[in-house]
Amino acid sequence: MDFLSPSAIFVRVLYQLLPVWVSLAILLGLSFRFRRKLGLYGHVIRTGPGLAGVLLLGFWLFAAIFAKWISPFDPLGQIPDMKDALPGAIEPGSGLPYLFGGDKLARDVFSRVIAGSRIVLVIAPLATALALAVGISLGLPAGYLGRRVDAALSFLANLVLAFPIILLFYLLVSPGILETPIPYVLAGIFFLFPIVLLSIAFYSGYKTQPKKLALRLGLTALAGAWLMATFVFDADPFGIIRVSPSTLNIFIAVALASGPGIFRIVRGLTLDIKTREYVLAAQTRGESPWYIMLWEVLPNARGPLIVDSCLRIGYTTILLGALGYFGLGMPPESPDWGTAIKESSKFIRLFVHPALPPALAMMSFVLGLNLLADALREQSLRD
Amino acid sequence: MLSGVLEGDFGCSTKFKVKVWTKLGPSLLATGLLMFWVMLTMVPVALVVGIVSGMREGSKLDRVLSILSIATTSTPEYVSGVVLTIIFATWLHWLNGSAASATGDHITFYNFTLPVLTPAIYGMGYVARMTRASMIEVMNAQYIRTARLKGLSFTGVVLKHALRNALIAPFTVIMLLFPWLLTGVVIVEVMFRYQGFGLALVDAAGNNDIDLLLSCSLVSVTLVLATQLISDIGYAYLNPRIRVQ
Repeated sequence: MDFLSPSAIFVRVLYQLLPVWVSLAILLGLSFRFRRKLGLYGHVIRTGPGLAGVLLLGFWLFAAIFAKWISPFDPLGQIPDMKDALPGAIEPGSGLPYLFGGDKLARDVFSRVIAGSRIVLVIAPLATALALAVGISLGLPAGYLGRRVDAALSFLANLVLAFPIILLFYLLVSPGILETPIPYVLAGIFFLFPIVLLSIAFYSGYKTQPKKLALRLGLTALAGAWLMATFVFDADPFGIIRVSPSTLNIFIAVALASGPGIFRIVRGLTLDIKTREYVLAAQTRGESPWYIMLWEVLPNARGPLIVDSCLRIGYTTILLGALGYFGLGMPPESPDWGTAIKESSKFIRLFVHPALPPALAMMSFVLGLNLLADALREQSLRD
Repeated sequence: MLSGVLEGDFGCSTKFKVKVWTKLGPSLLATGLLMFWVMLTMVPVALVVGIVSGMREGSKLDRVLSILSIATTSTPEYVSGVVLTIIFATWLHWLNGSAASATGDHITFYNFTLPVLTPAIYGMGYVARMTRASMIEVMNAQYIRTARLKGLSFTGVVLKHALRNALIAPFTVIMLLFPWLLTGVVIVEVMFRYQGFGLALVDAAGNNDIDLLLSCSLVSVTLVLATQLISDIGYAYLNPRIRVQ
């Protein structure tokens, strides 16, 4: 078998990632050209950590978008000759190299890492968004209404927080529970939160404009129906997205793990914001509590929430990897980074090359999110 | 099962063919030992890093330490574990990549360093960031300026006035770190085959060993509630301003 030299591998990797470099250059060029009009983002990219965060995130975002063009091989395809091939080994059939070598099942590590970014970059933000919807819908009334609502919801949040998430997940995937409808009921409840939140927001905001209200409620109902059908019942009416029960479990786990934390932050922010003059003015106008919560308090809490969401997507990615590491998340052949690390770490004393790329990919993506969150916080504190 | 627990009987483990407590007792001891060493490595380093970088906000040293802290919080156990094993076990042969032999009296530097280092690195950055934020807040307080103005040296102010007040917040953070550390310990024990609580939990879940699994849940929830209680009491003790009437 022929091998590429290390320098040739390096050049070849750079070449394969060409679409990413071009897109990054365009993104940066546009960002700096219009940085005065871009507000917070324009400030953030002028700081060192902020720019590094944007670059790392942009890299993985474009890698996920152009995954089909970047990866030379099928991430699930096995070519028997290439079992445990060292980096740079050239596959005889196509003449293309396995840039980062082959894994235990003779699949191309480079293609798998790129394909894995697709899974991680779709699931992590979506699951975080679900947790955000749950946290906001419960945190706003707890902070604004206070008293018994607050006591009950805070107790619930502490209860969930006291349970180590890894245990919760083992319980969720244990056969005894999988046979019962508990996961689907839980998922149904969690996916109800964003729909109800949007409906209440539109209802309280457009009560006096029936036409606009009807349009928005109709769209929400349609989106909600699609969400429920696709995610909870795995029956996408368009047949595009397939959500397996194990993926659904990831969403439940993230909502349970991150929900209480977001709840606490939203509750704290609401407690602070509800004493401001504009809230008092709205109360004097006779606005309903839900109008004040969703149209006065929530928009003014967005700064800290954006920073927190940035960090949370990082935590979710780490949790996703941890679940993959325990073999609880994705199916075992999935190229996502956590599963890849688990599969390759078993043979780490023999072959190093299949373990290192997904580990570094995971680290760089989370690092990008954390750096961006840090830069955002520094900038928003300055103003 | 519940009435049994009240009488001190946790039932039988179907996987290990022993009473749950015979299995769980030694595992908990082993995990306690691991956690103790993780804390002993992580907390002093994190506090020193946090205090040094919070002492002079915005200095070069602060920037470097901050980036380092952010980098460690972005490295979960299963990533740092893999990378550390590759470097120190596979390439350098300095340390053992497995802690299976580290039971009872057989704990050595050779087989125990990697399991301790792996979770310690992940938590270090977080505690350091919290300490830094708390230190910055204290250093901007009026009484620190007064102490400087009356002619105390910078080191004197930091050591005598700032330190005690700056360490209140990190104390709570460290206590609340336990539930999180529990997850980390499970990953590390599975990765390095260390015979502790986490491995028992994973084996129980993998083999549908209900009594053992429920006992593990009970133990971990109790542990989490206990640390939260200690954190609340300790906070009131350290910070007289919020002492309950």
